[in-house]
Amino acid sequence: MSELIHLSALDLRDKIANGAVSAREAVTASLQRIEAVESRVRAFITVTGEQALAQADKIDAMRSAGETLPPLAGVPVALKDNMCTRGVLTTAGSKILHNFIPPYNGTVVSRLVESGAISVGKTNLDEFAMGSSTENSGFHTTANPYDLSRVPGGSSGGSAAAVAALETPLALGSDTGGSIRQPASLCGVVGLKPTYGRVSRYGLIAYASSLDQIGPFGRTVKDCALLLNAISGHDPMDSTSTDVPVPDFAATCGESIKGMKIGIPTEYFGAGVSAEVAAAVRTAIAQLTALGAEAEECSLPSTEYALASYYIIAPAECSSNLARFDGVKYGLRSSELAGHIGLTEKSRDEGFGREVKQRIMIGTYTLSAGYYDAYYKRAQQVRTLIRKDFERAFEKYDLLVTPTAPGPAFKVGEKADPLEMKLADICTIPVNMAGLPAISVPCGMVDGLPVGLQIIGKAYDECTLFRLAHAYEQSTGWHKNSPVL
Amino acid sequence: MSDTAANVNAAETEYEPVVGMECHAELLTNSKMFCGCRNEFGGEPNTRCCPVCTGMPGALPVMNIQAVEHVMRTAIALNCSINPHAKFDRKNYYYPDLPKGYQISEYDIPIGVTGWLDIEVNGQPKRIHIRRVHLEEDTGKLFHVAGDESFVDLNRSGVPLMEIVTDFPPDIQSAEEGREYLTRLRSILTYIGVCDGKMEEGSLRCEPNVSVRPVGSNTFGTKTEIKNLNSFRSVYKGIEFETQRQAELLRKGERVVQETRGWNDTRQVTFSQRSKEGEEEYRYFPEPDLVPLHINEDWIERVRASMPELPDARRARFISEFALPPYDAGILTDTRAVADYFEETARLCGDAKTTSNWVMGDLAKLLNASGTEIGASPITPAALAEMIGLITDGTISGKIAKQLIEEMYATGGSPKTIVEEKGWKTIKDSGAVLAAVEKVFAANPNIITDIKVKGLVGKRGFLVGQVMRETQGKADPGEVNRLIDEKLAD
Repeated sequence: MSELIHLSALDLRDKIANGAVSAREAVTASLQRIEAVESRVRAFITVTGEQALAQADKIDAMRSAGETLPPLAGVPVALKDNMCTRGVLTTAGSKILHNFIPPYNGTVVSRLVESGAISVGKTNLDEFAMGSSTENSGFHTTANPYDLSRVPGGSSGGSAAAVAALETPLALGSDTGGSIRQPASLCGVVGLKPTYGRVSRYGLIAYASSLDQIGPFGRTVKDCALLLNAISGHDPMDSTSTDVPVPDFAATCGESIKGMKIGIPTEYFGAGVSAEVAAAVRTAIAQLTALGAEAEECSLPSTEYALASYYIIAPAECSSNLARFDGVKYGLRSSELAGHIGLTEKSRDEGFGREVKQRIMIGTYTLSAGYYDAYYKRAQQVRTLIRKDFERAFEKYDLLVTPTAPGPAFKVGEKADPLEMKLADICTIPVNMAGLPAISVPCGMVDGLPVGLQIIGKAYDECTLFRLAHAYEQSTGWHKNSPVL
Repeated sequence: MSDTAANVNAAETEYEPVVGMECHAELLTNSKMFCGCRNEFGGEPNTRCCPVCTGMPGALPVMNIQAVEHVMRTAIALNCSINPHAKFDRKNYYYPDLPKGYQISEYDIPIGVTGWLDIEVNGQPKRIHIRRVHLEEDTGKLFHVAGDESFVDLNRSGVPLMEIVTDFPPDIQSAEEGREYLTRLRSILTYIGVCDGKMEEGSLRCEPNVSVRPVGSNTFGTKTEIKNLNSFRSVYKGIEFETQRQAELLRKGERVVQETRGWNDTRQVTFSQRSKEGEEEYRYFPEPDLVPLHINEDWIERVRASMPELPDARRARFISEFALPPYDAGILTDTRAVADYFEETARLCGDAKTTSNWVMGDLAKLLNASGTEIGASPITPAALAEMIGLITDGTISGKIAKQLIEEMYATGGSPKTIVEEKGWKTIKDSGAVLAAVEKVFAANPNIITDIKVKGLVGKRGFLVGQVMRETQGKADPGEVNRLIDEKLAD
């Protein structure tokens, strides 16, 4: 059964559909792998084995009854622990939600159930998705499957590690400033942040509402496309989800990329990006050219302000989004009796970690009367400039190609300086600021550690993104790498 | 500022109030503002709520278009402009009855801006300018019980709430004007069906901001805000009390503290609740979970076309179309329900002034006595019109009608049936009336003599009364008069 864990989601789905493998066998293989490697990888906060097996049996019963199976029937999937799952502990990686069991399913969770995919558990993350290494998790740090002394990236580090460590073929993450793409890069898997509005945020515990977007992890581009199809589409419960048609993303994988115009923004190869990473990305670009794409250098001049303005906007929204954790309705409540103001203060003091507190304080400050115009309003203006940069570039190019992260996975504890940690997202943040789709695909190894290539697309044009990413992947074979565990 | 008025005549200075009004109206929508929960008053605590209105992690708001249209209706009725790109903002503060830690409201681009409402006090018309009409969500309720415990009920959390704020500088300059403004406003809100206007249940709340200044001055003093006013009377009394209290402080050379003051209805006084010195810090910013509204002319026109006639226009029409005295027209158009009731009845019976008399008189008394809204009156407009028809065609006398309306109110029966059953028809049979006349003449020879011999014609009325009494009020008064005159002439 252990060979099942090596299968792509697509192959596994097909084997289940034609009866070669049962859903129970697929889920059991996943659970056994989790059992075998979790003590080292620690990708999960909660594993829901019993529920997963019960759901697998339902799929198998459907098949026996001759019913048509939904598109991801029986495929195990891992969910980042900031997506609400009815009846299953959902912590957002924070002690303040150490006991929170949601009474409802987020929209992506409901859609996954409809698609037949089977959740085997909830994965680790930096607290409330704030961080780039999972070291900010209120519970534990996840290890990079390629080197257990290194971080998997973050904030969706648990999901990326679970897929890299063959615990599940698929996982969902959320990406506010790079939280899917950067860990995908560091763990050698594929990760996609869809266009803002493509996937419903209903049930995603908010970090920064105008930037957050849920997206897929997989070991192949096509697997990500399949998973994106399962979760996309307008949701009346999320006013910011867009009512646009959802194409068959997987179907575009395999189409030619000949004549495709690719821009290479020079700003993404500047200071901070390691020479080895830059070299790997340059090699990948040469490969794309060899496949028939036309690449040329271009400029996105507002890039240098992206990080600074992100760290105004995201903390501002976070300071408000996290106000609901007051010890009154759910989650951690301080045992000290101190009146209702004291109750809220003590509960938040005990429940939130250092990084979260810091961002709440920054956000509270920048939204204060007298500072709003200088910070929040200014940052929104910069955001418009960044968006316009991309719009201009996309008048000329179909896609933009950059490194995903400035370097490969770093050691646990290595980036003690919070500013240095934040630079890990320097190539991914501008994309969130503009609301665009972007994918990270493995493009090489540096000192035995994976490196990712970021491809940025036009809004709602994930298809072109998948086409190029798939063509590149199939021509190189980096996706066939697996860590030795 | 006037609170520094340390002149020698301070103790004798006359002060006048300047009043700004902030009103909150709970909107009559089917569901709450951002979720599908029913919008209803009361219910077992925490039974009318869901992940959205309890502020569950991950839950998102979805705009209730009915609530937006209610605010558009109000803005139109108050002569406001409507912002085509009105947006929503978060007002951030911590309180246990505020489950998200912020209230979704409108900060700098509200739906309605710069309008007015015309009032009239002692025959003097006055225009009260409106600064803004915006939409926000209500909070839950906090209950403190004996001991250390408090409980939160989130049934009201997320109920759509409309805020209507008067402009600055304020136009309202007396308690009377304040009450009149609120009366007119309530009348409009209930007319257009956006709010039930029940102040005692809190579905319409009014918070006057009161300051005083020396009469004739054009400066502004320090203001206080009065809360918990739950009737027109308390609004009047509250403004009056604050005016006096502040004037006395200033006359004594003391200063007015900027604060929120509660109203104690039993003692008829305001009391200090919360200081508001310094600016409040709500860290407003645009609500990223909602997209801005796009209100185009078509939408505004559709809403405008769906609006009923407003109180002022209806009042004018009642005067011109039904030839009602302005006094009657004013009372009858005070609420839409009364105006609708009157108009339907008047059209059915064709006699507006008589209808007005009955609606404002006997019917109003009966409704008041049983605490019934006119919409729930046991007497339908058709029944009242039928009753008026019976008077007009002489089937019953006006006197009988007063008994009849009580019977109709008590039983809900049709006037014709009741008149039949009770035998209340006017006696048209001259023989029967003549018999009664003769009986009365026979029983009162002295009166007859007084009239015939002494010429005391004033006593003739007594005879008429006696005949009516003899016929239990059923005799046709014209016939009675004719027969008495005949007999006196004998």
